[in-house]
Amino acid sequence: MRLAARLAHNGAAGWLLPAAIIAGWEAAARAGLIPANVLPAPSAVAEAFWRLTLSGELIRNIGVSTLRALSGFAIGGSIGFALGLANGLSTLSRGLTDTTLQMIRNVPHLALIPLVILWFGIDEEAKLFLVALGVFFPIYVNTLLGIQSVDPQLVEMGRVYGLDRRALFLRVILPGALPSIFVGLRYALGIMWLTLIVAETISASSGLGYMAMQAREFLLIDVVVLSILIYALLGKLADSLARLLERLSLGWHPAFQKG
Amino acid sequence: MPAATLTARSLIAAPAHARAIGSVGGRRAFAFKEVGKRFGDKIVLDGISLDVRAGQFLAVIGKSGCGKSTLLRLLAGLDRPSSGSVTLSDEEGHSRTRFMFQEPRLLPWTSVVKNVEIGLTGIAGGTEARQRALAMLDEVGLADRAGEWPSVLSGGQKQRVALARALVGQPQILALDEPLGALDALTRIEMQQLLERIWLDQKFTAVLVTHDVGEAVALADRVVVISAGKIAFDLDVAVARPRRHGSAELARIEGAILDQLFGRV
Repeated sequence: MRLAARLAHNGAAGWLLPAAIIAGWEAAARAGLIPANVLPAPSAVAEAFWRLTLSGELIRNIGVSTLRALSGFAIGGSIGFALGLANGLSTLSRGLTDTTLQMIRNVPHLALIPLVILWFGIDEEAKLFLVALGVFFPIYVNTLLGIQSVDPQLVEMGRVYGLDRRALFLRVILPGALPSIFVGLRYALGIMWLTLIVAETISASSGLGYMAMQAREFLLIDVVVLSILIYALLGKLADSLARLLERLSLGWHPAFQKG
Repeated sequence: MPAATLTARSLIAAPAHARAIGSVGGRRAFAFKEVGKRFGDKIVLDGISLDVRAGQFLAVIGKSGCGKSTLLRLLAGLDRPSSGSVTLSDEEGHSRTRFMFQEPRLLPWTSVVKNVEIGLTGIAGGTEARQRALAMLDEVGLADRAGEWPSVLSGGQKQRVALARALVGQPQILALDEPLGALDALTRIEMQQLLERIWLDQKFTAVLVTHDVGEAVALADRVVVISAGKIAFDLDVAVARPRRHGSAELARIEGAILDQLFGRV
């Protein structure tokens, strides 16, 4: 029990279950319980990983996908953040744009794929557009929510103590909105990968999604499984980075204090 | 002595002929002249005239909803009067009023010392601000907690930080809106003693709004009772300091005020 507690404390406990699943899967595959053309053994996937790493194909595709994901995220995220701030701080801006944005929000962005292909073909713009659109809403909604939920008593205190608009924003409003903005950020990171994978699977000539689709055509099931596992790892990596940022900037929050 | 009207957060200029009512000796800190305040149809304050000497400790008491907090907000410039005027003596061109709220209102994402530095906005910055904030924290007995987050402090400690923030800029007037209301009885007495000590030391004008008659009598030089938007009772508490909690003299004054409040005279 003590070992389990220590593992849980180190965050290692979270990896026990995936490790057990992989071990069970390998054993089942070797025992012939899972046919290789349905699901290859983890060792076969590892072999595919090694093969593609040596050829440079894997690194190149991960690089292409990551660049797309981050560029789309930067575009959609910054527009969402800016509009969230504007609409949180100005009733005029909110009155003008919020209704429109809420209507667009209710259209699943992936439903636009046919239209996007007609507009941009299968070039980079199509993927960037979809990722940016997908990322935009969680960031926008949570930034707006964060600003609206800043304690008005603190804002009044800031005014009484003579903070100017800039200081009021930087020292009171933005830090108060930050926990909610982080919720939006983590949610947006999930949507970022989801959108990119769908977009690359449907129309691309490079990237992880393309690699998986190519492998399917040649019945390289180990590569297909490898792609899926890499998605899982990249998603986890993005989430961990967001958590790290959260811990660094929300040290004041009782929920993030060690104790 | 120049009596200029507070600009910026602005109040209506006093008519030149307006004569101070209930004028007391010494330099004046601020004056209310026939101040009325209404929110819609509801009249909260109705013709309040009050002249307060600099360095005086004034307590304003009354039942909830009698308009005592509104009076304080008018003094601090957080609201404007509907009629009449509020004048502040403007010594050296920077008459400063500081407000201490019912809640500590510390920024949770800013360390204790930086919260205190907010009280020096527009007054001092950089190392000077840090030095003064630390000195003020020492004054309220929290110098060793300077680097911590407000969330780890107790309720009384948070209010002490808020007091340090209010006083670090050396205001001429300190407006206190039931700042001890949420504290437990013992912490409250401790805070009252701290407040009295710092007030004796810094000589600012204090205006304490409270519903605790005992607290008002223990701290104030003068007690004003507000009832239905008017001053019902204005009493000087001429008891020597430091005052001892529960002394017979304070109890007698407290009793007289309570009788007045509940119409048992």
